Amino acid sequence: MGVKILTEHIGTPGLETLAVYKSKGGYASVEKAIKTMQPDEVTEEVKKSGLRGRGGAGFPTGMKWSFIDKKSGKPRHLVCNADESEPGTFKDRYLMSKNPHILIEGMITASYALGANLSYIYVRGELMYVVNILQKAIDEAREAGYIGKNILGSGYDLELHVTCGAGAYICGEETALIESLEGKRGNPRIKPPFPAIAGVWGNPTVVNNVESIAAVPWIVNKGGDEYAKIGVGKSTGTKLISASGHINKPGVYEIELGITVEDFIYSEEYCGGIWKNRKLKAVVAGGSSVPVLPANLILNTVNGDKRLMTYESLADGGFASGTMLGSGGFIVFDETASIVHNLWNFERFYHHESCGQCSPCREGTGWMEKILHKFIEGHANMEDIDLLAEIGKKIEGNTICPLGDAAAWPVASAIKHFRHEFEWYVTHKEEASRPGAYYKGEKLVLA
Amino acid sequence: MEQNVQEELWSVTIDGNEIKVKPGTTVLQAARMIGENVPPAMCYYSKLEGSGGKCRTCLVKVSQGSTKDPRPMPKLVASCRTTVMDGMVVQNTTSPEVKEARAGVVEFLLLNHPLDCPICDQAGECHLQDLGYEHGKQKTRYEFKRRTFERIDIGPYIQLHMTRCILCYRCVFTCDQITNERVHGILNRGDAAEISTYIEKAIDNDFSGNVIDVCPVGALTDKTFRFKSRVWFTKPVQASCNCGKCSGKVTLWYKGEEVIRVTARKDQWGEVESFICNTCRFERKKTSDWTIEGPTHVDNKSVISANHYELKYDQPVIPQKTSLHADHPSFKEDKKLLN
Repeated sequence: MGVKILTEHIGTPGLETLAVYKSKGGYASVEKAIKTMQPDEVTEEVKKSGLRGRGGAGFPTGMKWSFIDKKSGKPRHLVCNADESEPGTFKDRYLMSKNPHILIEGMITASYALGANLSYIYVRGELMYVVNILQKAIDEAREAGYIGKNILGSGYDLELHVTCGAGAYICGEETALIESLEGKRGNPRIKPPFPAIAGVWGNPTVVNNVESIAAVPWIVNKGGDEYAKIGVGKSTGTKLISASGHINKPGVYEIELGITVEDFIYSEEYCGGIWKNRKLKAVVAGGSSVPVLPANLILNTVNGDKRLMTYESLADGGFASGTMLGSGGFIVFDETASIVHNLWNFERFYHHESCGQCSPCREGTGWMEKILHKFIEGHANMEDIDLLAEIGKKIEGNTICPLGDAAAWPVASAIKHFRHEFEWYVTHKEEASRPGAYYKGEKLVLA
Repeated sequence: MEQNVQEELWSVTIDGNEIKVKPGTTVLQAARMIGENVPPAMCYYSKLEGSGGKCRTCLVKVSQGSTKDPRPMPKLVASCRTTVMDGMVVQNTTSPEVKEARAGVVEFLLLNHPLDCPICDQAGECHLQDLGYEHGKQKTRYEFKRRTFERIDIGPYIQLHMTRCILCYRCVFTCDQITNERVHGILNRGDAAEISTYIEKAIDNDFSGNVIDVCPVGALTDKTFRFKSRVWFTKPVQASCNCGKCSGKVTLWYKGEEVIRVTARKDQWGEVESFICNTCRFERKKTSDWTIEGPTHVDNKSVISANHYELKYDQPVIPQKTSLHADHPSFKEDKKLLN
């Protein structure tokens, strides 16, 4: 059993109440930080911990905090990105609904470090019940004197609000989130300026994922160095992985970064192996936006090393043979899964969620979806495979925000690793267009 | 930019042409100052704050970030929203990567566009048409149904044909910035997005007609001009009047003796010089309403400029701004055609 930082007390009855949470050592970091530490010292601890943004990009959290513009004298804000909408990712929802106070505690401590007096938790529109849970937790914390004016007699004030989106994937992009938070249409902003200079209401803002913020209390309590001891290399600490797909035990698991992918899939502690005694065909390791890898490449890198659950190891080989840890949405496909059908489903999602602001993404995502639909309907021809790859290439890197990239990467990787399946859909039109059809041919690599 | 750096000039090189510009200038503005190899811009409009960055046709490659930090930028950047750095080196038409990306963007823009130029009033002065001629392919690879919308009348003067829209947001910024009430915005998301007035409420203010001028395509058209004439059969004339509401400086478009359209004057980049009011645009359609200043010089290269009637005659001689395009090859070809 690895160290549990975020999920240690989940399962304790009444954990969502302040009393039980405090009995488990809750809010110690607020007391420690506000009473004994300077804001910059808190930031320094987070820097030392090596904590990386858990929302997908993996940018060092401490460094992000240090970019915030403190010189301008403008009010600063911390925004928690709880707009978890990446297909395959459901860790934040789980954490917030089971242990809301850990997020509130992290928000207070992190806001103190940034000198933010007005902070927000932006929750995805579909998660109304989570908004209610968080609001209850905030009310309790306010009554106990952790939120409001003059927290713990220190002179530090903090207002914490929960706001709620209207249910758009694009609002998980930090600048779109800020626009939406301000009550506008959730279109990503053109950067620069970055939120650290001009974010919410034009003020310096830091936007962090739920999981990143929830890790802050532990780091402050035990020290950044202690956190950095967990994990491998630059991937420190623990990570929540949302495991789904054809496995025996789907669910949210807190892992120490650095366990092997093989362990994660097959050990009883985690996914418990592929269901129905079938074989592993492919894995999407970090939410739908990251490249899909076939069984052989997800278990081992091209060099033959065992692939680990870390930012670096999963990205080993670049986009030619690697993928990304992303947000930790670990989707497993068994031998009966159709890569093409699944890709169509992903692209349908991106088409639906594109904000429509910039042309390549607005038009390209729909085009890719329609071509993929041709494949599963049995109308495609060989040229469509290359066309699909080319459209992806034209979108990638040419858009305002990463949604374009997120739509293009799965297509590029699926064609790279599973081209034979696309070809099979062309050559076996009748068989392939039947419901539940999947590739059974020679080139199938299973593990 | 801060006051103390106002005097400083930064040097930027675009496709080998160097120019010194004030800090805060965008790459596109610098390219326009040079006047050669100017990236096309479908959504950027210098008169509208916050415009640009959306259409991605102006993508350029920054092969050197600045003298201090010479690293190239990892991705192509939108030249309309990227400000220059001292010593920046930019590649526009000299970069195959940019050309390819631009061709891609043009293809995307034309995917759902109906290409109904033969019946579109904008044809001849359409920026998308120009862009398609210059960067597009002859044949589309798109084989699916294009998105279509019903035509909507926005008030008595303007018709919205959403099917042709490329979602540049210029009209939205116009309505937001030059009029008091905001009644116009974007509905829906992705490729289902459309510009619209809330609950089809008429845009009803004195400057609403300017959305027609800022529209780069034929999505917003002048109902008083629709189907009256192809623009290349009309003769544009600079005229002015004493208008209490606007500058009164307009272009009249004649067909024979009749003024069939009034628009704001546009500069060589197709941008309005000053916005005009609806009274000037829609109601003053008699020659006697105006003081004529002389023929309009048309700079852009689309079919409208084929009618360089001003070149045919020696008289009257009108003093004019020198054009950066006067020596442009296509300009000379036009001359040949006319002789």
